[in-house]
Amino acid sequence: MRSSWRPRLFLLLAICLALLPAPAAAQDGEPTDDEVNAIARGLYCPVCENVPLDVCPTQACAQWRAIIQQMLAEGRTEQEIMDYFVVQYGERVLAAPPAQGFNLLVYLIPPAAFLAGAFMLARIIRRWTRPASSAAGAPATASDDPYVERLEQELRRRA
Amino acid sequence: MVANIGYFSLVLAFVVALYGAGAGAYGALRNRPAFVESARHALLLTWPLVTVAALAIITLLVRGDYEVAFVASVTSNTMPVYLRITALWGGQAGSLVFWSWLMAAFASAVGLRKWDRDRDLLPWVVVTTMVTLAFFLSLVVFFENPFARLWLSPQGEQLTALFQPAGASPIFPSDGQGLNPLLRHPGMVIHPPMLYLGFVSFVIPYAFAIGALATGRSDDRWTQITRRWTLVAWLFLSLGLILGGRWAYDVLGWGGYWGWDPVEVAALLPWLVGTPFLHSVIIQEKRGILKQWNMALIILTYSSVILATFLTRSGVFSSVHAFAQSAIGPMFFGFIGVTFVVSVGLLIWRWDRLGGENRLESMFSREALFLLQNILFLAIYVICLWGVLFPLISELFTGEKVTVGPPYFERASGPIWGALLLLMGVAPLSAYGARSGRSLARLLWKILAVSLIVPVVIAARGMTHPVPLIGFWLVGLVTLVTAYEFGRGALARRRSQGESLPLALWRLIGRNRRRYGGYVIHIGVVLMGLGVIGIELFQAETQGTLAQGEQLTLGRYVMTYDSLAQWDAADGRNITRASVSVYRDGRRVAELHPRRDYYYASQQPMTIPGVRSTLEDDFYVLLVGWEPIAAEGATFKIYHNPLVNFVWLGGLVFILGTLVAAWPERDPEAARVAARGPAVSLRGLAG
Repeated sequence: MRSSWRPRLFLLLAICLALLPAPAAAQDGEPTDDEVNAIARGLYCPVCENVPLDVCPTQACAQWRAIIQQMLAEGRTEQEIMDYFVVQYGERVLAAPPAQGFNLLVYLIPPAAFLAGAFMLARIIRRWTRPASSAAGAPATASDDPYVERLEQELRRRA
Repeated sequence: MVANIGYFSLVLAFVVALYGAGAGAYGALRNRPAFVESARHALLLTWPLVTVAALAIITLLVRGDYEVAFVASVTSNTMPVYLRITALWGGQAGSLVFWSWLMAAFASAVGLRKWDRDRDLLPWVVVTTMVTLAFFLSLVVFFENPFARLWLSPQGEQLTALFQPAGASPIFPSDGQGLNPLLRHPGMVIHPPMLYLGFVSFVIPYAFAIGALATGRSDDRWTQITRRWTLVAWLFLSLGLILGGRWAYDVLGWGGYWGWDPVEVAALLPWLVGTPFLHSVIIQEKRGILKQWNMALIILTYSSVILATFLTRSGVFSSVHAFAQSAIGPMFFGFIGVTFVVSVGLLIWRWDRLGGENRLESMFSREALFLLQNILFLAIYVICLWGVLFPLISELFTGEKVTVGPPYFERASGPIWGALLLLMGVAPLSAYGARSGRSLARLLWKILAVSLIVPVVIAARGMTHPVPLIGFWLVGLVTLVTAYEFGRGALARRRSQGESLPLALWRLIGRNRRRYGGYVIHIGVVLMGLGVIGIELFQAETQGTLAQGEQLTLGRYVMTYDSLAQWDAADGRNITRASVSVYRDGRRVAELHPRRDYYYASQQPMTIPGVRSTLEDDFYVLLVGWEPIAAEGATFKIYHNPLVNFVWLGGLVFILGTLVAAWPERDPEAARVAARGPAVSLRGLAG
């Protein structure tokens, strides 16, 4: 269920590629807003819950973005910056909880429920299909296009 | 005075609803028709009573009686009249009254129908609707009184109470806090009523289902009576969700329409279980199977409706939508728990009576494919329910809050949405009863082959990533299959009736509204799917700080920053508005005005995008920040949202299709008789 495809990653790559011929300032010194946003997108501040940091209009979130920019300028990696916010404010700053400990349940319950559902469905279908007692249940479909036959039959009746 | 009248009629409505529920149950259990009739009269009385209460609130809102706490919390002097009226559902107490008013209205509509054939169901429909209504009224009567006034206690504390507390003096504020600025948008004015209309309409099929369970009727009468109710409920729910998305896109300023916010997901829950119900009811009508299943689905839908109302209203998640905080959570949980247990108890009690009349004869029959669709929808339902509840559970057990956001929902439900699209491309070709997989395959393979042209062409143009290719292929497949269904039906009519093709198509749709309305809905879904693929997989963005005259480039677009203006508007906000020019391939195509509104009263900023829309894409620009001296620079975030307008276009088609499906048949009785005729009837194919 968890596909390996990550639109975010793709996007990030696309942005990075787009940035290649960008002004020289981007390469040394000041990190660009896009680099900041790429990290901010995966973060949620505890105050404006459920608004990703990269688009949150509040002052507090602008400060967080400034912190990210500063840390990038210091040469920290994305992981280090994420870790910094997790240590400071807890795991809730992440867009989805890391799959460990109690939080494993987030990722285990839906597939388990899905498998249980599929199992149930398979059982129901087996029970219903097994004693296909009579072939009289449905009339034989002799025509090569039974749909048209049925349709025309019905239309004749209605006309 | 007005407040007292309003509150009195609320209390009266509550008592009358309770009486209606009691009298209905007593009349049914003791077989006293007079009590049942009395219960029906009580039900009919609730609507005028709640109407009086709602009108009282509206009067207070429009007059600006700020001594009433609710009025002070959602209106202010600067708000225009239409916003004051719609502020009724802008806050907790008012929206609960609005919910109750809709419930009473729908209950009355049902109460006034001809009951001759279904007299036995009547008392239980009254009981179910009146219990639901009484619950919502109890919330406003006892906990969230919209008529409570503001008082100043002798100790200088501000109190909220309907009647004067001992020694307190009334407060008459000269102005209110005003409606949350995010809600002052046409989309937000109509989005909640649509959602509530959808929520409340689903109570009606549930009420009939409970009636069927209580009386032990195992026929399809309840689904036949409520077919249109279900469709209408679904229509409004879908409309509410689409409008909510549009509002988010226009107002929330994050470049998208759906952020998997817990409250959005909560509102989606009833839809996720209502949609499979809508499909599987057809199977019950055509084949006489899945009776227990449909009961389970409608019970789940009802519980989801109450849960969604609770989640969206209670502030249990502090999210962008949860504008209201209150202490009514335990009441809601209690009510959901009790109604769920009682309903499931009834279902278990009647389980054996609801056995199928037929068997599932083939894994490739339409009924089997519908069942598979049901399971897939329920899988998404479980994912969403779990994602919404987990932060609460985590907080409860570990004390730590977590965020379950877009990555979880997208990764978990994405492939299932894809599988549903695939089913949408296969199921219309299947038939009821014993249809072998081979004959389905014979129909399918040609269309499958043709549909592969779509990804091949796209891949040839250089787009080789598998996920969008699969997405576009599925979109192509469903479009082809749906067009094929319309085509072969119309051609058959032309052959047999000698009608011209357009007339044949028109009559075909007219005579099988549910089936072909359903296909129109499928087309709507496909169009929306295109938009979703466009924005989810191909959205690009960049941000930069520009001095006047400088430019920012994104793909084929170039944007230059022209000027910035700042002023105070009459309605209590400060507006900062930038002017930018947008060039596409070097040609100037638009001048946009992204702006930031700051509401002084609520100290809340709002980011309103500037958008250039075409069918191909949107250029969407946000004003993120600016220097004290505007000429020095302003920060913009720009998005390129390919195909996003297909989401809205698809939404329109979707709604149109639902209208076609819900449009009354000329002769409903005859249609019903035909519906359960021999399996060869055309209606036997309807879906």
